[in-house]
Amino acid sequence: MNAPRELVIIGAGPAGMAAASTAAGLGVDTLVLDQQPAPGGQIFRGIGQAGPAHLELLGSDYQAGTERVASFVHSSADYQPDTAVWSLGADGELGILQRGEARMISARRVVIAGGAMERPIPFPGWTLPGVMNAGGAQVLMKSSRLVPLDGVVIAGSGPLLILLAWQYMRAGVAVQAVLELAPRKNLWRAGLRLPAALRAGHYLTRGLGYLLALRRAGIRVTYGVSDLKAVGNDRLEAVTFRTGGREQSLETGNLLVHFGLVPGIQLTEAAGCRHQWNDGQQCWRPQTDAWGNSSVDGIAVVGDGAAIGGAVAAVHAGCLAGLEAARALEHIDAAERDRLAVNDRQWLQNDLRIRPFLESLHRLPETLLSGTADDTLVCRCEEITAGEVRAAVRAGHRDPNQVKFITRCGMGPCQGRQCGQAVANIVAAACDRPVSEVVPFRVRPPLRPVSIGELSMLESGNNTA
Amino acid sequence: MNADVVIVGGGLMGSSAALHLAMRGQRVIVMEKDSPGRHASGVNAGGLRQLNRHPAEIPLAAAAARLWRDIQSLVDSDCDVKLSGQVRVAENEADMRLLEERAAQVRALGYEHEIIIDREQLYRLVPRLAPHCVGALYTRDDGFARPFHALTAFRHKAESLGVQYRTGSRVHEVARQGEDWQVVTDRGCVSAPVLVNCSGAWSQALCSMLGEPVTVNTGAPMMMVTERLPHFLDPVVGAASRKLSFKQMQNGTVLIGGAHLANYDMKSETTAIDFIKLSESARSAVELFPHVRDAHIVRTWAGLEAFTPDHLPVISPGSCATGVFHAFGFSAHGFQLSPIVGLILSELIIDGKSELPIGPFSIKRFLDETATGCA
Ligand SMILES: Cc1cc2nc3c(=O)[nH]c(=O)nc-3n(C[C@H](O)[C@H](O)[C@H](O)COP(=O)(O)OP(=O)(O)OC[C@H]3O[C@@H](n4cnc5c(N)ncnc54)[C@H](O)[C@@H]3O)c2cc1C
Ligand SMILES: Cc1cc2nc3c(=O)[nH]c(=O)nc-3n(C[C@H](O)[C@H](O)[C@H](O)COP(=O)(O)OP(=O)(O)OC[C@H]3O[C@@H](n4cnc5c(N)ncnc54)[C@H](O)[C@@H]3O)c2cc1C
Repeated sequence: MNAPRELVIIGAGPAGMAAASTAAGLGVDTLVLDQQPAPGGQIFRGIGQAGPAHLELLGSDYQAGTERVASFVHSSADYQPDTAVWSLGADGELGILQRGEARMISARRVVIAGGAMERPIPFPGWTLPGVMNAGGAQVLMKSSRLVPLDGVVIAGSGPLLILLAWQYMRAGVAVQAVLELAPRKNLWRAGLRLPAALRAGHYLTRGLGYLLALRRAGIRVTYGVSDLKAVGNDRLEAVTFRTGGREQSLETGNLLVHFGLVPGIQLTEAAGCRHQWNDGQQCWRPQTDAWGNSSVDGIAVVGDGAAIGGAVAAVHAGCLAGLEAARALEHIDAAERDRLAVNDRQWLQNDLRIRPFLESLHRLPETLLSGTADDTLVCRCEEITAGEVRAAVRAGHRDPNQVKFITRCGMGPCQGRQCGQAVANIVAAACDRPVSEVVPFRVRPPLRPVSIGELSMLESGNNTA
Repeated sequence: MNADVVIVGGGLMGSSAALHLAMRGQRVIVMEKDSPGRHASGVNAGGLRQLNRHPAEIPLAAAAARLWRDIQSLVDSDCDVKLSGQVRVAENEADMRLLEERAAQVRALGYEHEIIIDREQLYRLVPRLAPHCVGALYTRDDGFARPFHALTAFRHKAESLGVQYRTGSRVHEVARQGEDWQVVTDRGCVSAPVLVNCSGAWSQALCSMLGEPVTVNTGAPMMMVTERLPHFLDPVVGAASRKLSFKQMQNGTVLIGGAHLANYDMKSETTAIDFIKLSESARSAVELFPHVRDAHIVRTWAGLEAFTPDHLPVISPGSCATGVFHAFGFSAHGFQLSPIVGLILSELIIDGKSELPIGPFSIKRFLDETATGCA
């Protein structure tokens, strides 16, 4: 195998781009890998091709990406698009796939900046054609300008719900309703955290702005919704739900759901990093220190893949990880790192002040997490219902991995990415234990699809493209 | 005394022993540090193979095959057994000569289960095989099962007969207490006059607690499984001059192993796939079944297994203290043997002897007489 690269960064979103620009600027030999064809990550998806009208439509947050991407592209970091990382070892060995060619490369240091995924929540009817993740729909709008032509209902919880409704409204899509599934009692809990959040008040003003614009356009946002169901025979025909004690029904062909974001922990799991339960965000996250270092020496993780903090926080955390990489690789000393880190640390801290407020506002009720109805599918790949998961627990399989072995739940092509969280919640509840105590599905590479033919040609070496 | 027998290890060997002992009225406790089937027994390739066994293992494998054929009556579950045969293909004339010699050797021992098939018979059995093969060695009544299902069936049946599993209980000390063995875990002790070592890849540690210092190597064979493919294969396919085991499961997924080993860490009890080595299994798969080239690999994994120096298991009473029995070191081919190993252990424990020829599996072959800690 060739000499290892000094630093490999996985992900060219806000966090990865910032880490790369920082490290490369300090003389670190930096390789950035991203499975997407262009830099920008989730938030700035498709920004390279966006014309002025499209930029205007998607709003100021999106526009800010133009500059970020430009400074990354002009840095000396070696950026390889269309490159998926499908394995990562604790020793810094990575399996990558590039234009149908698989190879192993190695790095002295790795920064994981792989971002978040939308929290999958199974509910009755969620597998019907016509039901889709809101984030996925947004990606289609950003990258391919695709929007639903007839009406759409947006449901779930989280800031993205309102943002997408607003972006759709501006794109001329008929938004029939926005259904917020967080319980009403969240409001006063969030209220307690409002004073701290005011110090990152621009987020609040922006959110309120979106809400006002929606109201002016006559788009209904309904709070305190429960019992969401997608109904239809072969595809979605209507959405039913309860609010204020009444059952309601809306005819629609498109339901976009979003239940917040959770860190994508497959890479950190594969590398053997230690994880912990993040109660505020109701998900697992890799343990990190202030520089993003994980429990595994030489592997750091930053951005939404470490904990959901949004794009601005991801940039500052990325800069800090870039500085730490330069220190660890002996391009700068610790004193220099600390000096250069002052502003980013401060900005990061300020920016994160909004989070406790958002987390309590959008905290999901246990009914959505572990109360999945027995006849609802949990694992779409292997067609396993919540009832089958509970039956396995009753038969003595009292942890998610045993449930997986006996039911095949999570053994399909998505490798449990979609059902892993739900199974952990359901198993924990069925065992009467807090979910923080159960061991989630163990991750089994490849983390991205690799064919037998591709693996059979596996090569080892750093001579990428 | 808490039981008649305490078994260390809740894998298939421990569970099979527990079941056979309970069927004969013994009170059994199984100590398992993790959960039953967490290690080799739950994650293996499920191959039920008599084909190409070491001559010493043939009588046991043949007896085990009879139990698998009617596994339902033993454990109330079919364990997803599919007896669709196993073939070991010859890719050239030299391979074929080796297989013919093997077939003659087995026949000379008085067994008829391994037969030579010619090219035409082979392609009738395995139509999608690459066209260059010339023939094969074939066992009709071999096949495969689903390991975690088998393990669970053995456990449930054992539990229904009163066997107690203590999961999350790691044995870290054993001591003689009068006539009994006291087995110590961080979650309490149990004692029984008989102690059975079925602790898989951890057997060397248990042997040294018992004063029988043997060398057991750890290895972590690797596996991979593909997405579901349309049905194309019934028998399990191996090859005379390749490390490969290739089978299509009932649900269409293809399971590929090949005895290539992963890296592992015994402290954390984890394995790390060595993809460069695993790619050799992928290469063999593609060369023998070119049409699977584009199938996606859904998962890869490895399991910790005990390998003895001669790759034959230890199935025997302890060499010094009374009331000790061993079954370990199955060297990556213990799944098929597990139903019979439990039966043998129950015979050794209750009757003092077994009907089957287990001489070659004595622990004594590995013990340096002068080095034992026997008093
Ligand atoms: C679907 C979706 C839509 C969102 N929309 C908005 C929005 O409109 N506004 C907003 O403020 N926030 C949005 N967010 C949140 C926002 O994306 C994040 O806060 C921010 O992008 C985090 O930056 P990051 O660098 O940590 O991760 P990301 O921006 O997600 O970047 C991670 C990058 O890593 C790459 N990657 C991941 N795994 C691998 C791998 N194994 N191999 C190769 N490459 C890999 C991905 O392709 C991606 O480009 C959205 C999030 C999601 C998931
Ligand atoms: C990947 C792979 C593929 C294989 N394929 C096949 C195949 O196709 N056909 C075939 O016949 N065989 C196959 N084998 C071999 C077969 O799986 C093993 O030989 C068999 O499962 C061994 O069973 P066991 O009960 O001895 O071991 P295990 O299943 O490892 O059980 C031992 C148990 O003991 C427990 N334990 C250990 N020490 C202690 C302690 N101190 N206290 C408490 N508990 C303890 C462990 O946690 C473990 O659960 C394969 C093995 C592997 C790894």
